[in-house]
Amino acid sequence: MAAAAERAPQPNEALPGFDLERVRADFPILARRVHGRPLVYLDNAATTQKPRAVLAAIARVYEESCSNVARGVHTLSQEATALYEGARATVARFLGAADPCEVVFVRGTTEGINLMAAAWGRARVGAGDEVLVTGLEHHSNLVPWQMLCEEKGARLVVVPIDDRGDVVMEEFERLLSPRTKIAAVAHVSNALGTVNPVRRMSDMAHAVGATVVVDGAQGAPHLPVDVAALGCDAYAFSGHKTYGPSGSGALWARRELLEAMPPYQGGGGMITSVTFEGTEFGPPPHRFEAGTPAIEAAVGLAAAIDYLEAIGRERAAAWEQALLDDAVARLPEVPGLALVGTPRRRASVVSFTLAGAHPHDVGTVLDRRGIAVRAGHHCAQPVMERFGVPATTRASFAFYNRPDEVDALIAGLHEAAELFA
Amino acid sequence: MTVADLSDLYQEVILDHNRRPRNFGELPAANRTARGHNPLCGDKVTLFVQVAGDRVEDIAFQGSGCAISMAAASLMTEALKGVPVEEAQSLFEGFHRLVTSRPGEPVEVPAELGKLAVFAGVRDYPVRVKCATLPWHTFNAALAGGEARPVSTE
Repeated sequence: MAAAAERAPQPNEALPGFDLERVRADFPILARRVHGRPLVYLDNAATTQKPRAVLAAIARVYEESCSNVARGVHTLSQEATALYEGARATVARFLGAADPCEVVFVRGTTEGINLMAAAWGRARVGAGDEVLVTGLEHHSNLVPWQMLCEEKGARLVVVPIDDRGDVVMEEFERLLSPRTKIAAVAHVSNALGTVNPVRRMSDMAHAVGATVVVDGAQGAPHLPVDVAALGCDAYAFSGHKTYGPSGSGALWARRELLEAMPPYQGGGGMITSVTFEGTEFGPPPHRFEAGTPAIEAAVGLAAAIDYLEAIGRERAAAWEQALLDDAVARLPEVPGLALVGTPRRRASVVSFTLAGAHPHDVGTVLDRRGIAVRAGHHCAQPVMERFGVPATTRASFAFYNRPDEVDALIAGLHEAAELFA
Repeated sequence: MTVADLSDLYQEVILDHNRRPRNFGELPAANRTARGHNPLCGDKVTLFVQVAGDRVEDIAFQGSGCAISMAAASLMTEALKGVPVEEAQSLFEGFHRLVTSRPGEPVEVPAELGKLAVFAGVRDYPVRVKCATLPWHTFNAALAGGEARPVSTE
């Protein structure tokens, strides 16, 4: 263990200005114990914990400015509207978007992708057309397109992944054709951690006239995102995986797309005028936000973004990467452990199997040590099938994780390996 | 509340049956079969039952899953082989009561459960109860006539 400790990353030397213990103190939940042990939270790909600043921002909405938005002339409504629209501007900045009007608040990545499939997809995809996805998609970037294709008589084309868990780019290019109307790709795989070359994918897809939709659920929290640099047409992410509240999230799409898209749901807040004869829909983004939105969720998400930017996204990503690299290097020391996926570029996530031990048993053993990991198919059953496993155990890191939490994970896995050997 | 010890769940008998499941494989003489699936864990079990008169003449299973589900299926087949169907029902009920009783409270284990008593620790792990009961529900389905749709614990 001494050798391991020597080469374990230390934040303060590697990253000037990053004080891990101070950061951890901002997350109240990290102080709790589970089964008598300090919580070791390594399930960040499922959801991330929330800093106090987010909790306070949500409370402040209710304590000081609780009102409906864009509907009242009174002071509270104006304040709530300013907070909500201010949150939109923060999200736009976070994504490198040119204009806050390109940001639609949604409940999360899933809703963002469904919105694209329903509004853009239904209008653009017809019989005989194709929608391209990759073999490492989460069900949320697969099922909505499958449903669309079924409805329209279109074909879902799947680009294979190789044994490392990287998308085969030659196949990506080969499978694109003028029939491809949409290419839907993950920024980062939630099951394997693979970082997709989104810029290259976008360029290839645009060359055949396809629209590029990116599932940013694991990208936004763990990599600096600049939609202009990525070259995509739409990018969806979840607030709850980005240190913000559940039920928050955003879809960014290029203005021309949003303007060309019919509404997704009908109701209040998305209209210009309504008569019994017909309705004139409002402009984006409000066209896609029928009904009272989750105001405090949007404000909480903006607080999470402000928090992340105060730490420094590059710094947070670098620290996560140091922990992840350490875990990936040391996990194979556990007898019987096999990494599932060894992508060339990886973010936050490492998946593995342990010989003789089902992931749910591994998860139970680790839980008794206060370690939270995900065990299962990670809503990516085709990925599991590709690697010939029913399920994996997955550890996923965030910037508030400590070097000794990698040690705790490995010690727990040694126990599991012995128990089920 | 005291923390349940891991070895209360993973008793040696359970670990052993997980490593070397008994009555594992197809049963050509089976006249009842059913498939069970636990979507949460991905546990899958197929049961082959040969009922002769009112007895479970022979029983075997195939499948894959967590240690609890595999051991539960293995120990169940041992417990049910040669047992009258009526008795099998009462074993099912006794087993179900055992694993779904309230965590931490004393539980009386009926003597007829025999080795199945090793599953008493499961009640302290509520998310794992379905792993233990999956083979039993699948057995019930097999007796009921082997439905076309797999039994699901969800």
